[in-house]
Amino acid sequence: MIALLLKLALLFGGLSLLAFGGGTAVIPDMQRVAVDTYHWVTAPEFLAFFAISRAAPGPGSLIVVLIGQKVAGVPGAVVALLAMFGPSCLLAYSAARVWYRTAGAAWRQHMERALAPIAIGLTFASGIALIRGTEHDWRAYAVTAAATLLLSVTEVSPLLVVGGGAVALLLAGS
Amino acid sequence: MATRDPAPPPSAPPTRATLPALFRGFLSIGLSSFGGGLAAWIRREVVERRGWLDDKQFLTGYALSQLVPGATNVNLAVFIGAQLRGALGVLAALAGLMLVPTALILGIGALYLRAQATPGWSWIGTALTGMGAVAIGLNLATGIRLARRNLRGVTAALVMGATAIGIGVLRIPLFEVLVVIFPLSLALSLWQGARR
Repeated sequence: MIALLLKLALLFGGLSLLAFGGGTAVIPDMQRVAVDTYHWVTAPEFLAFFAISRAAPGPGSLIVVLIGQKVAGVPGAVVALLAMFGPSCLLAYSAARVWYRTAGAAWRQHMERALAPIAIGLTFASGIALIRGTEHDWRAYAVTAAATLLLSVTEVSPLLVVGGGAVALLLAGS
Repeated sequence: MATRDPAPPPSAPPTRATLPALFRGFLSIGLSSFGGGLAAWIRREVVERRGWLDDKQFLTGYALSQLVPGATNVNLAVFIGAQLRGALGVLAALAGLMLVPTALILGIGALYLRAQATPGWSWIGTALTGMGAVAIGLNLATGIRLARRNLRGVTAALVMGATAIGIGVLRIPLFEVLVVIFPLSLALSLWQGARR
């Protein structure tokens, strides 16, 4: 049990500090380790957890508490929560304090310009990794393609599309 | 909401946030942000409804929260809490943002795992697969929107493409990709800045 909690803490603590450009940046790594390396969750379970944490209110990175809960119950969920958000929050707090002291510095603009394309690339990478890891039939591909199109060109509420996706797969009988 | 000054003039500086108000503000954000779009909810609450920050302060915080690793919106809560009330403000904002969604998600997760083992309930798994397929689409659509608004020039597009393919398709661990691509991107950014 202690060994499991330690593994959870190390995995999510490390990912916490690697999540450049937001929590979805580390989804591919999380999936690789939790599904392929440790066999904590199956690929369909991982996608279901991802869906729950995206559809429910609050930060999408709360997917970690679901993995923690599956692995080691409530203690696992608590450890996962603290490990995923503790290190990055401390860093964000330090950064907030430093930020105003260095206002207008040239290095800040360069950092922003260098990180922007990487952050955008990471967003696509997590989408691609999730498709490759979890979708194996045309119905799911079709739902993802339709959702991508709808959500990128219209202002329709994401929640509505999420519900639509559930209904579509239930009707398609997959 | 009661304030200490009975009648603040219209041009008053932003209202001072108390710790309970900070908690309540982020609690309402945590409760209303179904289906993503958390940053938009935070802006609505903190800038429009409560007047704690102006738009410029909010955008600076948003940029900062993306530069620091970790969930962008959680970092944004840290940044706003720190700016308004220091370390205690951070704790109040985080508790408000995370408590209820965490409990809710754990409940749904337990329900899902139980349903998996129950024969008549397999439709829950199917529904969640559909929701997951849309969630992936939401990810890709966010990438498309960000690229349309923020991507400037061929080199930036190459950096973005290399990051997406290296991690998404070739499945190289994130850390190894960042070690190579971040210095490269920084060098390109400096080089382009020098040419201008």
